[in-house]
Amino acid sequence: MMHAEQAVASQAAQSGDDHAIQNAEQNGAGPAVAIQGLHKAFGAQKVLNGVDLTVASGSTLVVLGRSGTGKSVLLRLLIGLQQPDSGSIRIHGQEITGSNVETMNAIRKKMGFLFQHAALYDSLTVQENVAFPLRRHTKMTASERGDRVEELLASVGMESALQKMPSDISGGMQKRVGLARALALEPGILLLDEPTAGLDPITSREIDDLILKLQEERDVASIVVTHDLHSAKLIADRIVLLHQGNVVIEGTFAELEKSDDEFVAQFFKRDS
Amino acid sequence: MSYTAKIPSGSISQDAPEATSLLRATLTSLWSPINGFLEWFGELGIFVWQVLRAAVRPPLEGRELVRQLDDIGSKSLPLVALAGAAIGAVLALESRYSLVRFGAKSLLPAAVIFSIIHETGPIVTGLVVSGRVGAGIGAELGSMKVTEQIDAIEASGVNPYKLLAFTRILACILMLPLLTLAADFCGVLVGWIVDTLADPISFHKFLHTGFAGTSFSDFLAPTFRTAVFGLLIGTIACFQGMRSQGGTEGVGRSATSSVVLSSLFVILADVILVKLILVFFP
Repeated sequence: MMHAEQAVASQAAQSGDDHAIQNAEQNGAGPAVAIQGLHKAFGAQKVLNGVDLTVASGSTLVVLGRSGTGKSVLLRLLIGLQQPDSGSIRIHGQEITGSNVETMNAIRKKMGFLFQHAALYDSLTVQENVAFPLRRHTKMTASERGDRVEELLASVGMESALQKMPSDISGGMQKRVGLARALALEPGILLLDEPTAGLDPITSREIDDLILKLQEERDVASIVVTHDLHSAKLIADRIVLLHQGNVVIEGTFAELEKSDDEFVAQFFKRDS
Repeated sequence: MSYTAKIPSGSISQDAPEATSLLRATLTSLWSPINGFLEWFGELGIFVWQVLRAAVRPPLEGRELVRQLDDIGSKSLPLVALAGAAIGAVLALESRYSLVRFGAKSLLPAAVIFSIIHETGPIVTGLVVSGRVGAGIGAELGSMKVTEQIDAIEASGVNPYKLLAFTRILACILMLPLLTLAADFCGVLVGWIVDTLADPISFHKFLHTGFAGTSFSDFLAPTFRTAVFGLLIGTIACFQGMRSQGGTEGVGRSATSSVVLSSLFVILADVILVKLILVFFP
């Protein structure tokens, strides 16, 4: 069985096209995301120091840690915006480290990324921002695209801001539009960098509910970087705590809360 | 009482490390800008390679290209036309003064037209566009870089070197010769107006006299050398913008360096191209 999975993953890695990736997924070639021995340093500063993680389809992994511990870098490595110094990243069984642009772009179409500060295109309206991936990667008609954009914006409570420019809406609203854009291509993997930061408690809860809904209904694998422990408690199947480039502890929220480790206890004490 | 010259023990051995560290510091301060210069060219080479690789792959990015043609071309037109007109007026005034002094007033149309189409039209267009467009591209892409918009484009599976850089560079290459034509036309027209105010002459006669000794290559080669200016302006401005870092201060630096470097490269390219044109189109 293991050999068969490796063969499928290898086929996907070699061809790098959508079809091979789809085959790899359908044949169940391992978890949605598998990271092994990931190292990343910026000059002398080691950010990730041999991180191992796996995320199955339909589950949510929350990454916690102090500011500057490489949580966002981890997400950027997963989407190929940066290259690791060493280690392996497999997306649906396909190794992505060292992939060429075409292979990486084929994989990126199956991943949604919400940036920490939303990163909306400021020369485009809210509607055009959400339509951007649809226009680029689907053959939808303008009318179909319009309906899909409205549906996506309604799911994050932003249907009234269609024609507004990103500069005309608040940071929290930008984050919600960014989430709608990340969901546009119905990705199998969602990478969310602080999705609830800067949002009011009601909207935060709505975003959490949306992540749970995506997990249940569409089998989406999510990796969420957050400092929001309430949100983590609600959405996480598993939580990892990063410290000095290493995974200090991994488990459910309840397990981490009960941990005797001094650092873990300090981390959870503030909110308890 | 005896006086003995005392050489402090270890003074030589203490001075030696000081001299070494001073030498090292001097060499480092000399090497640092050279290293920075070489690094810049290396990064520029990688950037150009990435743009070229992206350029030969689909999609065409026609929509963005049209937007850039409008932004770089039609929106630069008023400024370029005004600069061309001003140069035409100055040339007519200055040339009249000199030519009348040497009794060669009849050569005035030729002097104005030849000067405009050969040198002042192309170089003024290049410098005006490097100011307006270079700053615009540097600031826009710099802002997109520091707000992670370029990363967002890449994360959505779109090649930013094609969508952002290639379209802007191509638009600069295509629009510079057209803008030069506009600058040339305005320069010649205003040159004639200034000339005819002092000594009435019909526009037809002004053109006829002015173009009498010029061939098609006199006009074609200088106009199309501005395509090279466009290539330089677009490439340098996109490169500076896309490597921007350090927040709003970084965006400001990108805009400034885009203008300074693209203007500098336009002037250097002009010197080389003028020589090449004189060799190949004598």
